[in-house]
Amino acid sequence: MKKRWLALNSVIVFACLMAIWSRVVTFAHLPVFILPGPRAVAEALRDRFPSLLSSLWITTGEAAGGLAASIVVGIAIAMIFAQWRWLRQLVFPYTILLQTVPIVAIAPLIINWVGPGIFAVTIVTFIICLAPIIANTTQGLISVDENLIHLFLMYMATPAQILFKLRLPHALPNLFTGIRISAGISVIGALTGELFAGSTRVGEGGLGYAIIYANNQMETAYLFALVFAATVLGFSFFFIVMFLEWLALHNWHESSRPHTAE
Amino acid sequence: MVSASRAATVPEIALDGVTKRYRNAAVAVEGITLTVERGEFVTFLGPSGCGKSTLLKLVSGLSPVSEGTVRVNGMKPEDAREMIGFIFQDATLLPWRTVEQNVGLGMELEHTARPDRKERVAKMLDLVSLSQVAKRYPRQLSGGMKMRVSIARALASRPRVLLMDEPFAALDEMTRDRLNEELLRLYTDQKWTVLFVTHSVAEAVFLSTRIVILAAHPGRVAHEIKVNLPWPRTAETRESKAFEEQITQASRLLRGVYQP
Repeated sequence: MKKRWLALNSVIVFACLMAIWSRVVTFAHLPVFILPGPRAVAEALRDRFPSLLSSLWITTGEAAGGLAASIVVGIAIAMIFAQWRWLRQLVFPYTILLQTVPIVAIAPLIINWVGPGIFAVTIVTFIICLAPIIANTTQGLISVDENLIHLFLMYMATPAQILFKLRLPHALPNLFTGIRISAGISVIGALTGELFAGSTRVGEGGLGYAIIYANNQMETAYLFALVFAATVLGFSFFFIVMFLEWLALHNWHESSRPHTAE
Repeated sequence: MVSASRAATVPEIALDGVTKRYRNAAVAVEGITLTVERGEFVTFLGPSGCGKSTLLKLVSGLSPVSEGTVRVNGMKPEDAREMIGFIFQDATLLPWRTVEQNVGLGMELEHTARPDRKERVAKMLDLVSLSQVAKRYPRQLSGGMKMRVSIARALASRPRVLLMDEPFAALDEMTRDRLNEELLRLYTDQKWTVLFVTHSVAEAVFLSTRIVILAAHPGRVAHEIKVNLPWPRTAETRESKAFEEQITQASRLLRGVYQP
């Protein structure tokens, strides 16, 4: 009952927002290239759906590829940090540099190195996604309770056993925190990359490229449709990660416990 | 031949002039000499800072001694780990493993074949009466149940020596009493040698064959008491006159240690 009300409410809110938007455009006599109404955006979405879909597909590939690579490399680096404390103390501060480096500034550099196109954008995404994975996973790997380490030592566990049977599962919640953060910024990373290195062929490229193209062509309605698509993409990434996190942790971890207190 | 004669003469646990200094020069324990024969149940009692837990860490080899020697069945502690079970103050269960996976941890790390493991885990769970929660996760268990899982896990690798560091400190009194009785039932059955750390005089008297009272700063042996309570000890033991007298005696000695 409560749930149904909530659903109804959000539909009403959405309808009101659309109505206000539509009225503003009509009454202010805004030309469609400044601010298109919801109908114009919907039409642009419908008419140019195939090209939007291909742009969306390209960006999805770049974002997912960069994110996946950052997860694999990030876990590997975190594991190295966890095994060798001196190395961690030596190198870890530089991973913060990775986080603070302005991606818009190095994106052109990367394009210089590897040439424009999907590969360059994937690398840009990879770089922007890497730091949160490393930082969170390392934190999880090294924050294991000392008694648990002692327990494993009493069983004469090898360093590999301690890493894979104790540290890694212990770090899983932290890893997912990192992935959640990175999933959100992966789409931004891909879009930013595409602004610089969108396409090797005119008219074909990911969402970021298509946004610039639509802006240059004054196709503002289509630009809105593209922004909408990019938002949906970011959202879906986030929800997919949330779902995977739930799958991996719901059996045992406190964070996924139902809120019985409410 | 040689090992048989050794087993007869070598004490199960022997500490000789053991001193433990930390890197900041703080002395945890100093000049401890203590011999524990096979089958004894020895409890360490004493104020905070007397090095009770440190002693267990030294006997298990988790922490190296600064001076003196520790021998377990004549071996260095590091080499004797196979025969030592360590039970910590908190249950130290792995939250991502079910109860049965937790109990099987040691055998898994030692690469015991899966069918043997399964059989042994089932037996251990039966021993601590937890068979019906085998598939649950630790967070679904009460504190007492978690501790029983921890005990089952330690017993699964068939230890000869059990080191227990305030295992029941976090439990309510009724649960603690019940687990004490269970522990003694297992102890009489399996004939381990036990080193047990606690703050509770009653618990120490109920469980032990001998109580070692330690003084603090630096940690050293102050008194030793032989506990002369009849076996088997059950809930009724707690109501006996002898039990009360032993507690009075131990408390008096302990008070002396607390007020120098």
